[in-house]
Amino acid sequence: MATILTVDDSKSIRQMVTFTLQQAGHDVIEAEDGQDALNKLTGDVKLVLTDLNMPNLNGIELIKAIRANAAYKFLPVIMLTTESQDDIKQQGRAAGATGWIVKPFNPDQLLGVVGKVLK
Amino acid sequence: MLDQQREMFREEAAELLTELEESLLELEEAPDDQELVAKVFRAMHTIKGSGAMFGFDEVAAFTHEVETVYDLVRGGTMQVTQDLINLSLAARDHIRGLLDPAAEEGVDRVAGNALVEQFKALVPQADPPAAQKTREVEENQSGGDGESWTYRIRMKLAENIVFSGTRPDSLIRELSDLGACRIVAQTDMVPLLEDYAPESLYVYWDVVLTTDRGVNAIRDVFIFVEDDVELKIDIIDGGDSGDGDVNYKRIGEILLDRGDITSEELDRILGESKPIGQKLIDSKNVDPGKIEVALYEQEMVRASRAQRQSQEAAATVRVPADRLDRLVDLVGEMVTIQSRMSQTAIGRDDADLISIAEEVERLTDELRDNTLSLRMLPIGTTFSKFKRLVRDLSQELGKEIELVTAGAETELDKTVIEKLNDPLVHLIRNSIDHGIEAPQIRVTAGKKRHGTIRLAAIHSGDSVIIEINDDGAGLNQERIRAKAIEKGIISDQDQLGPQDLYQLIFASGFSTAGKVTGVSGRGVGMDVVRRAIEALRGTINIDSNPGVGTTIRVQIPLTLAIIESLLVGIGKERYVLPLALVEECIELTRNHVHEAHGRNLVRVRDQLIPYLPLRRSFAIGGDQPAIEQVVITCFEGQRVGLVVDRVIGEHQTVIKPLGRIYRDAQGISGATILGDGGVALILDVPQLLAGAEDHEDSNHSS
Repeated sequence: MATILTVDDSKSIRQMVTFTLQQAGHDVIEAEDGQDALNKLTGDVKLVLTDLNMPNLNGIELIKAIRANAAYKFLPVIMLTTESQDDIKQQGRAAGATGWIVKPFNPDQLLGVVGKVLK
Repeated sequence: MLDQQREMFREEAAELLTELEESLLELEEAPDDQELVAKVFRAMHTIKGSGAMFGFDEVAAFTHEVETVYDLVRGGTMQVTQDLINLSLAARDHIRGLLDPAAEEGVDRVAGNALVEQFKALVPQADPPAAQKTREVEENQSGGDGESWTYRIRMKLAENIVFSGTRPDSLIRELSDLGACRIVAQTDMVPLLEDYAPESLYVYWDVVLTTDRGVNAIRDVFIFVEDDVELKIDIIDGGDSGDGDVNYKRIGEILLDRGDITSEELDRILGESKPIGQKLIDSKNVDPGKIEVALYEQEMVRASRAQRQSQEAAATVRVPADRLDRLVDLVGEMVTIQSRMSQTAIGRDDADLISIAEEVERLTDELRDNTLSLRMLPIGTTFSKFKRLVRDLSQELGKEIELVTAGAETELDKTVIEKLNDPLVHLIRNSIDHGIEAPQIRVTAGKKRHGTIRLAAIHSGDSVIIEINDDGAGLNQERIRAKAIEKGIISDQDQLGPQDLYQLIFASGFSTAGKVTGVSGRGVGMDVVRRAIEALRGTINIDSNPGVGTTIRVQIPLTLAIIESLLVGIGKERYVLPLALVEECIELTRNHVHEAHGRNLVRVRDQLIPYLPLRRSFAIGGDQPAIEQVVITCFEGQRVGLVVDRVIGEHQTVIKPLGRIYRDAQGISGATILGDGGVALILDVPQLLAGAEDHEDSNHSS
């Protein structure tokens, strides 16, 4: 099981993600925006789950910042997007996101995507 | 957990809404502050996204409209105006209302919808959404239906793929999880050392995969790298396609197929006399990796075909039908004993015994279902016989008729299929004889020269519906009416709608009835057909459209041997009636009887339903209880109550035919043995109802 960094400015989503991942045996670090995430990112983190629309540093900027650091250039990053954000999804891909999951999602879908990337 | 999360979301949303209010008021003062616009958008976005996550769909849908507008403001295509602020504040209050568990019912949805409309009006008419990018799906022969297919997959990932955190090895692992898999890494694209960039990917993979998960499962593996992968998926073997094909492709053919060699090169090399693989490698025309995967492909196709064949061989065993019948009989006995055991166990009030009895009951249920399914045959065996019938008879009559069948794979109990044969023959004969017109008449009427009879079977719950449809002239209402009056079935004062009129052809005495046999055919009454169907506990309906055609719908229960039924009691006697016909049970007090002034009618939810006092019908002596039970049955759309002393409960009834002497007993279709060893008669509900109608009629006329 892995250490996962989950980034979302919505407390309830963060909590749901954390709960789901912990149930599946993962360790979870929570961050409430992109800047917070960068501060909390360590070499232990094996996967980042990030919302896109956040204050301070948004998801796209966060992905770019992660990729810019040589230590994290291969680190898988999954975006949490809403369906209306197709263009943003493309931006995220271009910035170096590994995959995405569309809100609303249920715990099984979340674990499916996480499992796929961590395989 | 979900409730907690919902509560959590409510709290969060409340905070966001408070912030939102502040931001909106600030925005009113400083309409050009992009920071504030972004904040408002974000609040709406979070409420929408999280709302949808935790099941607040209404909140999500509503907020979406607001979010759309602020997205435009954020993008600079719209200005913040006083109106927008007012509208947004109203929207904010509406969202708060939607989120308040106490106020949920009282939310003014009309006002909400009006707000949505106003927000929508603010959005400039967008171009119609660009055609949705749909992924190319080769659904027709792509499997995913439990059948194994063998696929040839070539995946070339973008050179810089690792910089998106994607690991090629995990994609390959995911592929190999789908089924039997051989993977060959192709290295012919790897550059010389001086051009080699260590973090670029030069290798590509050839995969031969046998899986029953379908091509979409394969595509799903690549869902995140869709734009960064050159993916080629071909079906090379599977389904039924290869069954008759015993020739395996040769290596040369496979390579040609894959586009790894041209046919000229192949021909030239084939001229030499060494094993083809070796020759190809020697010739340097083909990379060893390509030969390797071609060999795997050959091997996997062979393996998957061999497996399919052995599965098919092991799949069926031929058993004489009478052994199966015997088995069904024995299971019937078993069900009877089991219900007796359950009853005894409950009577003893012994927890251990009860738990054993329950286990036996579960097993018996499974055993019963399995056994009955053994006797199921596809109805298509009968259908194919009709092709001949249609051909011969239409030739004889000089008509051109095509028989189309559907649902031939629909399964029915063997005995039911046998008993269905004659009625179906008769119905089809009718369609050919009376339904479809002669070619000349059809052409004149503007129809196609040849008529079509469509015979279709489909499953519907625990019964099968068989439809016989022709595109002929339809039933002649005038003639039916005239004949019904002539036969005294209706009087010439009776006003009947077309539907009721059509049903008359099933009435006994409508036609000069004979016996349904395969040969006698014409002139045989439809009432005989109806009785044959009813003997199978089925129903028959007719619908017709003058000039367009006629449809006859026969509904038949799946099996005859064992039915779910309701056990009722009158005096010391017990009866069962098929549960499928029972709608509900209600009480009948003396008061009810009194209120109805002696007529046999009971009011159920404002509908008057006639009932039949079975105690009287069966002339059972003794006193009736003060409160009787009415079992409301529904047959062919008609609701009729049957009055009994008490309703005992559901019962699994193993049907035993009555002896020859009782075969003509009215209102009884069989018997069953109960758990305590007693016998209960099975009520023939349709016949009882028909009998009651006759009785009513004669009462009226007298």
